[in-house]
Amino acid sequence: MSVQDLLSSDGVLMRWGVPALFGIVFLASWEALVVYLSVPDYVLPGPVAIFDALVGGFGSLMGSLWVTLRITIAAFMIALVLGTGIAVLFTESRLAARALYPYAVALQVTPIVAIAPLILIWVGLDNAEAAVTILAVIAAFFPVLANMTAGLRAADQNLIDLFRLYGATRWQIIRGVRLPSALPYLLSAMKISAGLALIGTVVAEFVAGSGTSTGLAWRIIEAGNRLQVDRMFAALVLLSLLGIVLFFVLSTLEQYLLRHWHESAEKGAK
Amino acid sequence: MSTPLLRLSDISHRFPDGTTALADISADIAAGSFVSLVGPSGCGKSTLLRLIAGLDLPSSGQVIWSGSKPQDVGFVFQDATLMPWASVADNVWLPHRLRGMSRDEAQPLINEALDRVGLGGRHAAYPRELSGGMRMRVSIARALSLRPRVLLMDEPFAALDEITREKLNDDLNDLWAEHKWTVIYVTHSVYEAAFLSTRILVLPGKPGRLVADAQVEAPAVRDDSWRADPHFAQISADVTGHLRSAAAHADAKRHVS
Repeated sequence: MSVQDLLSSDGVLMRWGVPALFGIVFLASWEALVVYLSVPDYVLPGPVAIFDALVGGFGSLMGSLWVTLRITIAAFMIALVLGTGIAVLFTESRLAARALYPYAVALQVTPIVAIAPLILIWVGLDNAEAAVTILAVIAAFFPVLANMTAGLRAADQNLIDLFRLYGATRWQIIRGVRLPSALPYLLSAMKISAGLALIGTVVAEFVAGSGTSTGLAWRIIEAGNRLQVDRMFAALVLLSLLGIVLFFVLSTLEQYLLRHWHESAEKGAK
Repeated sequence: MSTPLLRLSDISHRFPDGTTALADISADIAAGSFVSLVGPSGCGKSTLLRLIAGLDLPSSGQVIWSGSKPQDVGFVFQDATLMPWASVADNVWLPHRLRGMSRDEAQPLINEALDRVGLGGRHAAYPRELSGGMRMRVSIARALSLRPRVLLMDEPFAALDEITREKLNDDLNDLWAEHKWTVIYVTHSVYEAAFLSTRILVLPGKPGRLVADAQVEAPAVRDDSWRADPHFAQISADVTGHLRSAAAHADAKRHVS
């Protein structure tokens, strides 16, 4: 690789080196300013202090990360199954779509924070984790439903006719044409939904409050109450990493599954 | 003519919005014939093909098969209508899979059909990697792999360039000459119809009424010399004439009313 390649606008150096360099400069200036101005730790800790908090509280933070991750993934999976199932129902029965769609929208537009106390009273007293999961499902479910409904309807009508001509059953048409046609729609919905599941989990944990829930959001509240701002930042870093990893994993899955046939994966395939 | 394979009996069809697509179509289709339905876009010829395939039911009239409707009807759409997520071989496997045949059982049929359309080496390719003409060949291979007694084709080559279309017309003619299927072929190209058919039905449209039924007397072997034959030119001119006079007639009627 020549120097020109490294320096070209989409070379390795530009793609990875420039953002990394910016990050280092940013963190170093932050640390320098905090030290130079003697900002107290309970207002704004420097990156070094945050890193120390991350290492120092590693055990309990990892435990909380695992709780949040577990709930996010469970909620995400339930949202996928539920959203896909209801989308199939909507495309197969106009009556069901007419009857239920407005309520699905109502559930989506009602702020999750406002529903949370209610769900917590019903479910959360015995089982905070179940309540948080339900709230995260509500947050994550709608993009799957909306995209899958669009995807299932976008299936090639001629291909469906061809299946009918060759004697396919309704279920064979759903499995053989409609679901595969909707796959690209599902995959882009998944990237949105995973993020929303994480947001739903964190919001629900906030509302659930201390004691009943042990996820990362609770660590943030707990540390906030004790003015351990460095620990708040450490939990925040972990949450942000979690979101990035989820997005990255799902993008990779999308590239892989669509590598042969869809325009959106063209770059990945070549 | 002996007992026809298929009888169209007083078929009329109206779309849900009330427009008349077809009116009083009657025709007998003989087994082993190559029948073209010719007409401009929107004349109802594709609708008629869908009715014959059983994809829609006519508003009135009947499609009567001698005996029962054959199981082995192949259908080729205007676009290739392939599953973009499946390989070429899996696309050809589709009709067999829907009949419960495993991939291994269907493999000889897949091989034969793809070899016949000259795509023997592209089993693992995906539709996106193929040209428009090649995709159309896969679509034809899928229909052929059923060894259909009846092949229904809805403007299969309309979206292709002239050279590819002529090549595929030659191939289709060879296949038909070899196997003597019954082919019902929808096209807006008079020349394509004259080159391929033993019989041309003209549907000028508005509403889709049958105005002409021409038998094509052609040499046993149809090749480029048939394209240059005066008889070929005569048939093309006749069919074009029917289409023109029907269009003029429709115009006159529109001006009067």
